[in-house]
Amino acid sequence: MLAKRIIPCLDVRNGKVVKGVNFEGIKDVGDPVELAIEYNRQGADELVFYDITASYEGRGVMLDVVKRTAQQVFVPLCVGGGIGSVQDFRDTLRAGADKVSVNSQAVKNPKLISDAAEIFGSQCVVVGIDAKRNGKGGYNVFINGGRVDMNLDLGDWVKEIEERGAGEICLNSIDTDGVRGGFDLDMLNFVCSRVKIPVIASGGCGSIDHFSEVFEKTASSAALAASLFHFGELTVDEVKEHLRQHKIPVRTSARA
Amino acid sequence: MIAIIDYGAGNLFSVKNALDFLGLENKITNSAADLRSADRLILPGVGAFPDAMRMLGETGLIGVIKEEVQKKPLLGICLGMQMLFEKGYEFGETDGLGLIPGSVKLMHPAGELPVPHIGWNSLEKNVPCRLLDRCADGEYVYFVHSYAAECDRKYIAAWCDYGMKVPALVFSGNVYGAQFHPEKSGETGLNILRCFAEL
Repeated sequence: MLAKRIIPCLDVRNGKVVKGVNFEGIKDVGDPVELAIEYNRQGADELVFYDITASYEGRGVMLDVVKRTAQQVFVPLCVGGGIGSVQDFRDTLRAGADKVSVNSQAVKNPKLISDAAEIFGSQCVVVGIDAKRNGKGGYNVFINGGRVDMNLDLGDWVKEIEERGAGEICLNSIDTDGVRGGFDLDMLNFVCSRVKIPVIASGGCGSIDHFSEVFEKTASSAALAASLFHFGELTVDEVKEHLRQHKIPVRTSARA
Repeated sequence: MIAIIDYGAGNLFSVKNALDFLGLENKITNSAADLRSADRLILPGVGAFPDAMRMLGETGLIGVIKEEVQKKPLLGICLGMQMLFEKGYEFGETDGLGLIPGSVKLMHPAGELPVPHIGWNSLEKNVPCRLLDRCADGEYVYFVHSYAAECDRKYIAAWCDYGMKVPALVFSGNVYGAQFHPEKSGETGLNILRCFAEL
């Protein structure tokens, strides 16, 4: 039986983690590689680097971060942020990423999903979505970090993503993101009932109970969180122990 | 030295990264001389069975591999594991290396589970195998595949459950195959690679 995955997300700008906290034994909290190693030690099932750098130079720095991480961390690595072409996929995978996450550019050019899936395989194509309630009982897809409403129906979009061969969907709810009141269970159920590919829950997690809740009340395959882990409020270990008590299958990791 | 066989398919660098991390001397190579002088071989693989067999054939290394496995351990990973069998049925029938009796077919898991099978799944031990000396029953490893081996259970060191019993680790004599990615399976995967280096 597949384990439910816990995925810490690291926001990286110009090769540095944007926000972070002091973990015991980590010298440079700003170093994404050091932080990735710490999350791996805690039992993270996968790591996401989200590149919020705008510049071309920043992209090279990001690829170096991925390369150095892949030399020391042996769980799947996913990289997102600013991915806009097949060449971006290629460069990122070559640097050592196992998956690449694409968001706004996939909405603008859906063919990127099918092209990347055909060339590199569905397993490495993750489509990130920012969505929000539209006041008419449905949800709209937004781009550019949740700033631009594309007037695109979420239900239509997730079906297209699946048909084009994406391997996974990472669903971020703009309504719950940053509120810390829990994942958006309604939106997750809306998407999980429409696709067979795995859905990663993102946005809104504020406490340990929100992790068990999302797996008990939705068919999400994974839960992603950033600040909760960065600020040291919870460790991945603690979340998994909590899930185990709730009889949710999680990976027990062997210790080095 | 562990020779990582380079035939143009798959991400060899993640395997190399893991071996480097473990301090195990290794070389990505397509030279017959390297395969002969190595003390162990790894056959990686990502992609489709027919393409991979064709590319491996074009390197001229198939004969060398078949000779060398009489003397030294070989570990096939993912598609590299599937290629160890006699036949593959991805896009028609293709001959594999025939080092383990059996064939490779599209998965049909029960319960409408999606194919490919992607994610962390737990190992259920079957026949004792030295690659699992450091691995407890139920430890998780990382899978990404759509096809699965069909072979006699005497070759199966461990299964995993994904709406069907999936052969996860197989072996016969010197020949070992992991359907999962040990190089992406955390400490459990590294332990399996350590055991391979100690055979």
